[in-house]
Amino acid sequence: MNILVCIKQVPDTTEIKIDPVTNTLIRAGVPSIVNTFDAFALESALRIKDADPGVSVTVVTMGPAQASVALNTCLGAGADNAYLVSDRAFGGSDTLATSYILSNAIRAIEEKQAQKFDLILCGKQAIDGDTAQVGPEIAEQLDYPQITYATELTAEKGKLRVKRETEDGYEIREAALPAVVTVTKTAYDLRFPTIRRLLDAYAAETAVLTAEDFPVDRERAGLGGSPTKVRKTFVPERNKTGMKIEEATGALSAIKLAAQLSADGIL
Amino acid sequence: MTPKHENLWVFIEVLNGSPKSVSLELLGPGRLLADAACEKLVAVIVSDDVSAAAKEAAAYGADQVIAVEAPEYGDYSTEAYTHAICTLAEKYRPSTILIGATSTGRDMGPRVACRLRTGLTADCTALDRDTETGDVLWTRPAFGGNLMATICCPDHRPQIGTVRPGVFKKGDRHDGNTAEIIREDIRFPKEKIRARLIERIADLDNDTVDLETAEFIVSGGRGLGGPENFALVRDLAKALGGEVGSSRAAVDAGWISHAHQVGQTGKTVGPRVYIACGISGAIQHLAGMSGSDTIIAINKNPDAAIFEVADYGIIGDLCEVLPALTAEVRKLKA
Repeated sequence: MNILVCIKQVPDTTEIKIDPVTNTLIRAGVPSIVNTFDAFALESALRIKDADPGVSVTVVTMGPAQASVALNTCLGAGADNAYLVSDRAFGGSDTLATSYILSNAIRAIEEKQAQKFDLILCGKQAIDGDTAQVGPEIAEQLDYPQITYATELTAEKGKLRVKRETEDGYEIREAALPAVVTVTKTAYDLRFPTIRRLLDAYAAETAVLTAEDFPVDRERAGLGGSPTKVRKTFVPERNKTGMKIEEATGALSAIKLAAQLSADGIL
Repeated sequence: MTPKHENLWVFIEVLNGSPKSVSLELLGPGRLLADAACEKLVAVIVSDDVSAAAKEAAAYGADQVIAVEAPEYGDYSTEAYTHAICTLAEKYRPSTILIGATSTGRDMGPRVACRLRTGLTADCTALDRDTETGDVLWTRPAFGGNLMATICCPDHRPQIGTVRPGVFKKGDRHDGNTAEIIREDIRFPKEKIRARLIERIADLDNDTVDLETAEFIVSGGRGLGGPENFALVRDLAKALGGEVGSSRAAVDAGWISHAHQVGQTGKTVGPRVYIACGISGAIQHLAGMSGSDTIIAINKNPDAAIFEVADYGIIGDLCEVLPALTAEVRKLKA
C-alpha cells in the first residue's frame, strides 16, 4: 500500500503573543512545528507501515523553502519520501487554491513514483487557520471519497475502516480505497524522530516541486486564484471590568453575588 | 448573460427526522443578511424525511423551503449530500449558503464549495453584509482564537460559510408561519456512495447533556481539585435548572466526560448565564463561551484570564463559595 500524508508547517500557537502596541501577532521567535493533527495523521500512517513493512509513506507540504524542516521531522519519524511544493506563484493561496495546487502536485508525485496513492491522510485542520477545508477539497479535486475527523483507522485489502468523532459520539464509516481521511487527535502516542534518520534527512536534498514541474493553471493558484479575501484582522477584545467580589469568606462573597445578581435582574 | 445569483440559503441539517438546533439558529442571522440585500430566506433540506424540518424552518422564519427527500439521504454521506446541494445550487443560484459548523457541515461545506469552485469561510462567529456589494462579511477566529479575521468572497457566488453552533440564539417560534415548499427530485444511487456509515456509537452522556440550548451553565475546571468536587458544580447547576459544563483540562484529567466540554474542541455555548468555576480562561475555552449573556467567574487566582471576560467575579475558594451560592439560588427560586 502507498500512503501520502499532507502536512503543514505552522507556528506553535501556544507560543503566540500579541503586540500590545500594534495589536498584531508577533511571529518573530515563535517556533515552527509540524501541525499537531498532521503529526497524528503521520503516526496513523506509520502504524500501518509498522504492521506491514511493504507499505510506503510519502509526505508532502506546500509552503516556503523553510517548510523543508517540517518534512525532515517527518522523515526522521519514519516517512520514506518527502516533497516540498513551493513557488512564489502559490503564495497567498486560500484553501480552494491550495487544494487545487496540492491535488495536481499529488498527481505529479504519483507519476514520478509510477504508483498511485491508495490512501491520503491529512490532519483534520491546521492549528493556525483552523479551517479544516483542504483535506475535503483535495478529495473533491481528486474525486475520491472522504472520511473526516478520524480517531482510528485501519486499511486492509483495499478497504478502509474509520472511527469518526462527531458531536453526538462516534461513527464507524467504511470506504473503498483510494480515499482521503482527515485525522483528529488519536489515542496513539507520537513517535520521536530518530537521530540517525534526522541526520539522513538533513543530509539529503529536499525534493521540490515548483510551478514549472507540474501542470498548474496559474489563474487558479495564489492570491489571484483564491475566491476568499481577508478584509481585516483584529485581536478580540477582552478587558472587561466586571464587578469583583472578595469578602472575608467564600460564603459571604456568594451571598453578596446572589444579591447583586438578583438586583440586576439576572437571577 | 447568466442569471443573477440571489437568495440566501440556510442548510437545515436533519438527524433522525428532526432539524439540528444550529440550523434553526441560523435562520435568525439569515433573515437579517437576506433583508440587507432584499433577498428571500430559503431553507434547504436534504433528508429521508423532511416534513418536521420543513415545518420548523417555516416556524423560525424561512420564506421558502426547498426539499429533497429520498431514502439515500437517511444517513449523512458526503457524496449524496454534496450531489444534492450542488445540483440545487446550480439550478437556483443562491447568493449565499449558511451551514452549521457541525461535523456534518464541516465535512460537506468544503466539498460543496470546491465543486462549485467558490469560497468558503469556516467556523464563523459573526456575520454581517456589505449592502452595496452583497458580500457577506464572515468573521472567524484563527490561531486558536488569538486573532479574529473578517473574510469575504467578492467575485464568486454562492458565498458559503459554516457557522458555529450556539453563536446565535434561536429566534422566536411562530407556529402560524407558512413557507412555500418546493420539492426537488434529486437521486443519488445508494451503491454509488463510496464512503458509507456502518454504525453510530452514541456518547451516552450526550443524550442527557444539552449545553447548546441551556439557559444556565455551570462549568468546572482544574481548579476544582478533583472529580469529587464536581458535585458542588452539579448542585448549583441543578438549583439553577441548568447544565454542567467543563474545561478541557477537567475532561483530560478524566473527571467528567467529553460531552460536557466547552471550548474550541468541545461545544460552543451561549447561555443566559455562564458560571466558570476554577477555570483559568485559556483562549480555547473562551472561544466556546464568550458569547454568553452574563459571565460569572469564581477563581482563587485574582489574575486568572477568565476575569477579563467576566461580568461578575468572586475571588475565593470554590468549596466555600459554591455551597453558599447554591443555597442562595435555592432561596431566590423558592
